[in-house]
Amino acid sequence: MPIISLKNLTHTYSAGTPLSVSAIENINLDIESGELVGIIGHTGSGKSTLVQHLNGLLKPTEGKVFIDGEDIWSNKKKIRSVRFKVGLCFQYPEYQLFEETVYKDISFGPKNMGMSKEEIDLSVRRAADYVGLRHDLLNKSPFDLSGGEKRRAAIAGVMAMNPKILILDEPTAGLDPKGRREILDMIVDYKKKTGSTVLLVSHSMEDVASVATKILVMNKSQVAMYGSVDEVFSRADELEKINLDVPQITRIFLGLRKRGIDVSADVYTVNEGCSRLLSLLNGGEC
Amino acid sequence: MKGIAIGQYYPGKSLLHKMDPRVKILLTLVFVFLIFFCKNFWALGLMGSFLLIGMLISGVPFKMLIRSLRAILFIVLITAVLNLFYVTDGNVLFPNTFIKITDKGLYTAIFMTVRIACLIIGSSLMTFTTTPTMLTDAIERLLSPLKIFKIQVHTLAMMMTLALRFIPTLMEEIEKIMNAQKARGADLESGNIIDRAKALVPILVPLFVSSFRRAYELAFAMECRCYTGGNGRTRMKQMKLSWLDLLFGFAMTSILAGVILLNHYFAHLI
Repeated sequence: MPIISLKNLTHTYSAGTPLSVSAIENINLDIESGELVGIIGHTGSGKSTLVQHLNGLLKPTEGKVFIDGEDIWSNKKKIRSVRFKVGLCFQYPEYQLFEETVYKDISFGPKNMGMSKEEIDLSVRRAADYVGLRHDLLNKSPFDLSGGEKRRAAIAGVMAMNPKILILDEPTAGLDPKGRREILDMIVDYKKKTGSTVLLVSHSMEDVASVATKILVMNKSQVAMYGSVDEVFSRADELEKINLDVPQITRIFLGLRKRGIDVSADVYTVNEGCSRLLSLLNGGEC
Repeated sequence: MKGIAIGQYYPGKSLLHKMDPRVKILLTLVFVFLIFFCKNFWALGLMGSFLLIGMLISGVPFKMLIRSLRAILFIVLITAVLNLFYVTDGNVLFPNTFIKITDKGLYTAIFMTVRIACLIIGSSLMTFTTTPTMLTDAIERLLSPLKIFKIQVHTLAMMMTLALRFIPTLMEEIEKIMNAQKARGADLESGNIIDRAKALVPILVPLFVSSFRRAYELAFAMECRCYTGGNGRTRMKQMKLSWLDLLFGFAMTSILAGVILLNHYFAHLI
């Protein structure tokens, strides 16, 4: 049974007024448990609207959202419990920090869940470990942290609720390459340790290609593609048509193939490309 | 919360839209003053018909103008009811019942209601046909004589413009923060007053923090573009008086005269 299942999901902002805009249209999608799904698409393609439906922040104009096989809107009063099951971390989450100490801020979610003190303490420290936040920072004010540390603290605030599904909206936005890498590694690590399903919204093909197991391409309010990384990137022409690129390194390999050099096209990270090219240069297979 | 119009401007190209905002403000003030000056229904009727003509040429849908009354509906009702029961002179309308309403009470209640309605619709007619920036600009011009008293009129007007400019931005910000906290299970809808006030902390703190950040950034950006305050600053859009303003000014003057005359000749009615 898929952990997330969307049936004919449609959302229209300001429905019934002249200003109505449909942000997502008739989306049908099943996501299996344990995947790390990269969600890619242009600004305004409906990515953010889509993910806000998964934890019930937005109510579908039409269609249904099933989490763990359960229609989340079947009982309106239970919608809060859905938010604990599906942790959603927004873009620039560091702007949501508010408590006196990092510890208190991370424990905001667990406290809302009604965890006991011991459970909260355990969750907070575990979340801090997931994001690589030193424990001595926990007693500092969140406003005294550096930009990268703030981002981690905020992400930890969502992880501390131990959600079955973690959704991160552009977690690497505005970070330098090293910071991006660290956050991405942290996400992979988190998924490995907890076995939870992770959805990663991003602009960057490079980011998504390097960590995701599946890729969801959104275009013009609809799902353009959903499949494994190989499947999606093998349709490079179609991606180009909707002005999305395959990663640069994949493009290089595709270019090499066009020129008659026998290399495979399923290369998505620079490291992998490097080793493939080296083995090719040394006369081996690629 | 999306799409809330600040200053409720209704885009259009009517004569009222084209009027010089300074004149518009002044005429609105005269209008408000005159409304209170009206002593009987004849005078008020004259004002009302003038307002009606204004509403017609503005091109703003009547529905929207009437809707501006909704905010003060409560005040209007209270005024009407108070007048209805507290004015005790005049003839009792229903002599055989326990309700003590006099004809004069009824008259005053209706009069007051119409007066407040005219007042609100009249002033919203101005805000419907003038953009907030034009309004602050005009206020700055109108208040510029205060410079003699060393009041920084330009600075005040700039602050007002910036405040108006940032209302939609902050609304968006509030929505974002609310969603983020809701995603962490914040409960904003239930509990008693104290619980609800406490629930606002996770929203207000980040809002203040980001407002200050924005203010710093804005100040830097303005300085980078060599903003030094009002001295020696010229304008891209010059305001010029035209025949139109003269026309409306003349209309208002004749109404002023009309109200005085009607007040005088029908003074015995109220």
